[in-house]
Formats: sequence, structure tokens, C-alpha cells
Amino acid sequence: MSDESALLGLQDPEFLAELRLQMLKFATLQLKDAVLAEDAVQEAMLGALKNHSAFNRRSALKTWVFAVLKHKIVDLMRQQQRYVSQDTDTDTDTDTNDEAWMDGLFNARGHWYRGQRPVKWQHPEREVENHHFWRVFDICLNALPEHYARFFMMREFLELSTADICHTESISENNLNVTLYRARLKLRQCLDNGWFQKGDTP
Amino acid sequence: MMNCKQATALMSQALDRRLTIAERAELKLHLMMCSGCRNFGQQMHELRDITRLYAKGTSTEKNNDDEP
Repeated sequence: MSDESALLGLQDPEFLAELRLQMLKFATLQLKDAVLAEDAVQEAMLGALKNHSAFNRRSALKTWVFAVLKHKIVDLMRQQQRYVSQDTDTDTDTDTNDEAWMDGLFNARGHWYRGQRPVKWQHPEREVENHHFWRVFDICLNALPEHYARFFMMREFLELSTADICHTESISENNLNVTLYRARLKLRQCLDNGWFQKGDTP
Repeated sequence: MMNCKQATALMSQALDRRLTIAERAELKLHLMMCSGCRNFGQQMHELRDITRLYAKGTSTEKNNDDEP
């Protein structure tokens, strides 16, 4: 290993372990299969280790590894399409709970309760530089019902079209709209409570 | 008249499809009168930007390694 690999963090077991864990969490969330997820992550990591001379800093390496993983996941999702996702309409408990949860945000006429009305976020573009922020984001994402998080990340992180998601997951567009809406509402509120209304870095 | 629940659902959908002219007109009218929903709409876009940065941002490094 050379100086540049040290700079990249390839000799930093802590950096590698954390990167691997993040990728694994993401892949497992998407694929719902620990073994497949493990394989996909393994492949993306090996590719990165082999090509490390192409990167001159850690963040470039990381972006690249995630890009490889994204493509791998999309491929795997297409392959396993016929085996998954018959279970998304069994989440009636989630639906009922969330109806009640939304009644806490909006009054009977469908207007925000005074205390729930969204207040502007200050400088969100600055917060993404703060690694504490990303811990809160992780927590908020993990707090979502499993299929909310999966649909949301397919749409916003993998940047799949809604038509692709409906097809892959065998759900109606209306079903997807409702799920994405609730996922966004919940994430917004969680980030709001956990970060933006808390003032500065803890 | 559109309420906040409908307006926020529509703003979520606006991230996924092109709204109809009628939907946009009704939404605009609602937003003129509702600062809470205006903030919500802004935050929906911010949430999207944040999520797209997720892979780059979940880093343990402090972004001080950007010098070549």
C-alpha cells in the first residue's frame, strides 16, 4: 500500500468499516435480503480497492463506491422482481397508525395545528457539512416504516422514476403517491424536531 | 377551497409528476395565504437535495481532505 492509499483511508480500518456498514444498511433496506446485500457491497468494495489509484481523496472514493452500489442494487432489484414485494399491501397497521398520526398534524378541517405549522429551515445547505446532521438523518430514515424508507430511497436516492418503482414493486401509482407523501411528512418532521429547531450543533 | 392536508399532498406529488393547470392554480392560491405550506414546499425541495447528498454526506471525515 502506498501513501495515496493511506490518504484515501484504505489503510484506516475504522473508515472502511464504517463505509461498509453504511453501504450495507442501504443495500439491505433496498434489497430486503441480507445475503444479496452483502454480496453487492462486497463487489462494490472490491472494485474500489482495485481502482484506488483513480481517486485522490476519500470523498471521491466514497461517491464512486456508492455509485457502483446503486447500479448493482438496481440490477438486482430487476432480477428479483418476481420474488419480492407481495407484502407491501399487508401493512394495514402502518396505515391505520399513520392516519392517527396525521390527525395530530392537521385539524378536522385539514389545516395545520398551530404548533405543527412548518417554520423555515435555516441554511440547510450548511448543515450537510456537519456529520452530526447525517447521524440525525440516519436515525430519521431508520425510524420510517420499512417500505416507506425503501420507496423514498428508490425515488430520491436511486432517482428511479415513479413508473419504474410501481413496476418493480407491483404497486399502483396512487399507493406510491400516498407512501411517498407520508415518508416525506415523517422525515420532514423528524429532521425538524431532531435538528433544525434545536439550534446549533449539540 | 384547498386545505393544508391537500396542499402538502399535492406538493409531494409535484416532486414526482407534472401537476395539472387546475392543480397548480389551486395550490398557488392556497400558498398565497398559507406561510406554513410555503415553508413545507420549500422544505420538500431541501429534503430532496439533502437525500441526494446522503452518500457523500454520511462521512466520518470533516471535509478537510479536499486538497489534491
